[in-house]
This record gives sequence, structure tokens and C-alpha cells, in this order.
Amino acid sequence: MSDEVKVHTQDRMLDEVNIRILKLTQDGISFTHSPFTHIAEELGISEEEIVDRIRYMQEHGFIRRFGASIGHRVVGITANAMCTWNVPDERVEEVGAVMAGFDEVTHCYERPRYPDWPYNLFTMVHSYTRDDCEEVARQISIATGISDYRLLYSEREFKKTGVRL
Amino acid sequence: MIQLDAIDKNILNMIQLDFPMEVHPFEELSDRLDISEKELLQRLERLNHEGALRRIGPIINTKKTGGISTLVAIKVPDSKINEIAKRINEHPEVSHNYLRHADYNIWFTLSAPSREHLDHIINTLKNETGYPVIDLPTIRLFKIGVKFNVR
Repeated sequence: MSDEVKVHTQDRMLDEVNIRILKLTQDGISFTHSPFTHIAEELGISEEEIVDRIRYMQEHGFIRRFGASIGHRVVGITANAMCTWNVPDERVEEVGAVMAGFDEVTHCYERPRYPDWPYNLFTMVHSYTRDDCEEVARQISIATGISDYRLLYSEREFKKTGVRL
Repeated sequence: MIQLDAIDKNILNMIQLDFPMEVHPFEELSDRLDISEKELLQRLERLNHEGALRRIGPIINTKKTGGISTLVAIKVPDSKINEIAKRINEHPEVSHNYLRHADYNIWFTLSAPSREHLDHIINTLKNETGYPVIDLPTIRLFKIGVKFNVR
């Protein structure tokens, strides 16, 4: 498949109107009875079409979801541990699936190793206390048999925004 | 830390994954919560104002929208942390940036339209600061589903 065809397909699915909808909603919709009215007016389409287009983008994976982003620290979920695991390469597929099955694990990724960084699986664990996070890590370790791991807590948040277009 | 009653907690848990995509979404939500729409909107304003609710909007999938992202860690002496963190934050491509206690102590995520664009930012930081940097792009994704259980 040529690049030209690929770009064309992408354009069709995420057309200019959809991109503008994302740009106009990415900082958050207003808390009003009709939060899409001003966006519809600006784009010259109906509110129903806005809603249909957002649903379409959700169904096709352009957006993971449309919903609330929580200030988790403000509500007390202040312990945020990045658990990094040194998993033998041949076990990554199996171990990653087990880790992803834990409710407290919000993200789970395989990433490259470096000479001074041997940890290749990353799980984010969010909870109310560090003890909670440590207990989750212990349970993951028992469930997977992976004992070489580190918990890196976020000591300070320098920046947190959504991914922007 | 904000004080939350049972209704606030219910709202926060419901609007993360189950936000109704309707022309009047808050009317639908208030029905589900069995409170008036006016009360719901007032509660949302307060939750937003106090920082418990950052926003209600799209969580954009960079992969599908043609973007690419990575996690980067840099090893910085304690005395330089603030200066380097600030320099990192100046790039709009940085979406998250945290201090963590480890050899590599500043951890941030980058999102950009292309791998070249990411490389450019990473190389600029490497060259400007001279500190060791590791680039940790995702090889395999097993889970991404941030939902915080507010209790």
C-alpha cells in the first residue's frame, strides 16, 4: 500500500471537522444543559452531528474515551507508583497479561532495556497510600514469580496535561 | 484534600468511563444519579474549581491520530532538578513530568507527530544539559485504562 492511499484513508476517518471538534473539546466541555451548542454554532453543524461524530471517533479508536479526567491527588489518591520489572524476554507476553489483570494497575507497557536500566516492564499503580501500592506490587510479584522490581513514586508533579492536538 | 460526600464520589466514578454521549449529557447523568440537573451542574463546578475534576473531554489516542509518544528519563543532580524540570516543561510536546527517586530522577512523556520530532527534542535536551537520558518507547502495550476508584 502506498503512503498516499494510507494518508487518504486517515484523512477520511479523521476529517477536518472531527479534528476541530477535538480541538474545541480537549480543554473540557462546559457544565451546562447544552454543552455542545457553541461548538455546533462555530462549526456550522448540528449538536446531534457533533455527538454522532464523537461517538464515531470513540468507536474507531481515535479517542480512547470521552469522559472525565480526575485530579487524583486532590481526591486523596496521592500514592502513584511506577513499578518497573525485570522480566525475562521470553516471559514478557505471559507476565504482561497477568499484570494487566490487576485492577490497581492502570497502565502496563513493555519498554526497552539499557545497560544501566534493566527493567523492561512498566506498570503504573495508583492508590491512597504507599503501603497499598507496595501490597499490590507484592501480589503481582507472587502471581508472576518476578522478584527483581522497583517502585518509583512520583515525589513531585512538574506537569500533567492530556495529550493535545 | 477535598471533602467529598457519597454523591460526589458517585459522580466522579461515573463520569470517567460512562459519560453519556448525548446532546444533553448532564440531564441523562442526573437521571442516573437521581438528583436534579441543576444540583449536578453545581457539584461539577465545585469539583472542577477545587481540582478534583480536571475536565470532561476526549482522551486522544495518539497512535490513531497519527502521533507518536515515548517515556523519557534523565539523570540530574539534585541541585539542578528545578532548572531542568522547567526546561523540559517548556516543550509543549511534554504531557507528563514527574520527579521520582532513582538514579534517573526526572521522568516525562512526549507526544509529537513523528519519531523525528521526538528525537529532535530528546537530542536537544541531551546536548543542552549533558546529562544521561534514556528513551523508553512502548514496545508492547498490555493495558491503558486509567480509571480511579474514588472511595
